[in-house]
Amino acid sequence: MNTRLIRLFAVFTLLAMGGARAAAPDGESLYQQHCAACHGSDGSGGVGIPLNLPDFLAVASDDYLRNTLRNGRLGRVMPAFPMLSEAQVDAIIHTIRGWSDQPAPRYNDKPVQGDAGHGRQLFTQHCVACHGEHGQGGAGTGVTFSRPREAPIMAPALNNPGFQRSVSDAMLKATLLRGRRGTPMPSIKALGLSERDADDLVAWLRQLPPDERPARTNEEPIIRMESPYSFEETLDNLKKAITARNFRVIREQTLNNGFVDPGKEDRRQYIVYFCSFSFLNEALSIDPRVGLFLPCRVTLQETENGIELVTINPENLSHLFNNSELDKACARMHRLYVEILEEATL
Amino acid sequence: MKLLRSGLVMLLLVASWSSGAQDLYMVRSQMAFPETMIALQKAIREQGYVLSRVQRVDIGLKKSGFKTDRYRVVFFGKPEQIEQYSKRYRDLVPYLPLKIAIFAEGDETLVLASSFQHLRPYFTQPELERQFDAWETDIQRILEQVRLSE
Ligand code: HEC
Ligand code: HEC
Repeated sequence: MNTRLIRLFAVFTLLAMGGARAAAPDGESLYQQHCAACHGSDGSGGVGIPLNLPDFLAVASDDYLRNTLRNGRLGRVMPAFPMLSEAQVDAIIHTIRGWSDQPAPRYNDKPVQGDAGHGRQLFTQHCVACHGEHGQGGAGTGVTFSRPREAPIMAPALNNPGFQRSVSDAMLKATLLRGRRGTPMPSIKALGLSERDADDLVAWLRQLPPDERPARTNEEPIIRMESPYSFEETLDNLKKAITARNFRVIREQTLNNGFVDPGKEDRRQYIVYFCSFSFLNEALSIDPRVGLFLPCRVTLQETENGIELVTINPENLSHLFNNSELDKACARMHRLYVEILEEATL
Repeated sequence: MKLLRSGLVMLLLVASWSSGAQDLYMVRSQMAFPETMIALQKAIREQGYVLSRVQRVDIGLKKSGFKTDRYRVVFFGKPEQIEQYSKRYRDLVPYLPLKIAIFAEGDETLVLASSFQHLRPYFTQPELERQFDAWETDIQRILEQVRLSE
């Protein structure tokens, strides 16, 4: 118990100091703190892809690891870590290296020369099925065990600026030649391709235009609509609007339910939870973290100004997750909420 | 006026994103789901909060082929805070009570919560800013305690 408290205290002290001046940072605990939630306690993956595979560590240079950590991958879940000090980053890299007995590879910066046109043909033929037509990567996240997926590991986005800025031509080439055993990623030699073909593929990969990301706008945190009807009528309308869209009301409660004695609950702030199989399914397979905002919920409240319906605005939330695919789903969810609220208050 | 306000909000948003402030907190517990759930509820109480409800998010997941149906959202708060803020800030209501999600991943368990970064540009009342700070600190403490539980 005591040691646990001390550990907890130590972590907080580190946090408080920003770790910047801490002597000899502990890579293992930094990894557990910042990376393990997604990449697994031992690097075997989760919401993130595996980091402990021998074929990955054999081709990943320290520069690549460092750059990836600093740049993150915008729109692909992997966050950037600008707040870690150089020493902390080095310590994390050291921990990751510890999973393999192979030395860190080093690459020169020489650009690989190849025929991008031919590379494009090869890419269409051999890579698009997993990495997508524009190299935008597979759907879903990492390797999480928590949900079904077509491929056991999501194919990364190759057109992602965070990846492109982190990887050297030489490392790209080495990755293609080697493949990654234990993942769906083949060695191009197994596909019958030559080293020359690898050069051509690298030349094409370097030309992939980045995904167009919609600029982040200032979405209000909530959606609100006033109702001209009475409280009970609005509640009734709301439930009808929900079921009309094939959602099921799964629970109704007052906002202060569980916080006050049952007799003292305030019915003028009233929550309706609803969901559907397919909706839940789709949302969690895009990103298992999004369950934090599920099931769907509308709150009915009586204020000085009358009756109103309020919900979270999914478009405001989507930015929390750094997942472009989820952004699209959140835009759909936004429309759904608006439709339901409109119908209930029309 | 509206333009000025959106401009300001944008500025604040950009500032909060570029500061490297974390939007989501997620930790991995090496314990299985039931043990982690116990540790989580304990940590929430030890930070001085009341646990109001555990909501299932996993209805029918296993039937649809998911390997786990262990997904819950734990709601909590301090009664007087819920009372006060839900009446004083009607726009905050959809975000109350506070919540932490917990789901199984193989033999381990993931626990996550959201920071208030995404709300800060819209709720600039000093009282709320301080409350957001306090909630963020408490939530991080709760998660850290769960992560280190064994
Ligand atoms: C919120 C989840 C999350 C966290 C936290 C996270 N990552 Fe990632 N990481 C990912 C995902 C998802 C990918 C794959 C992205 C893609 O599709 O390109 C990834 C990719 C990577 C890659 C590239 C792997 C490869 O095969 O080329 C490295 C290296 C990496 N992460 C290191 C780290 C380190 C080190 C940390 C901690 C400092 C960390 N990540 C924290 C989710 C995460
Ligand atoms: C069957 C699916 C599949 C095919 C086909 C495939 N890949 Fe992959 N690729 C993957 C997966 C999955 C990964 C991630 C492996 C891991 O977890 O380390 C990956 C990783 C990569 C990486 C490393 C990306 C990173 O973030 O580390 C590159 C580069 C790459 N693939 C390029 C290609 C090219 C070029 C082709 C075509 C010659 C190709 N891949 C074909 C599934 C595939």
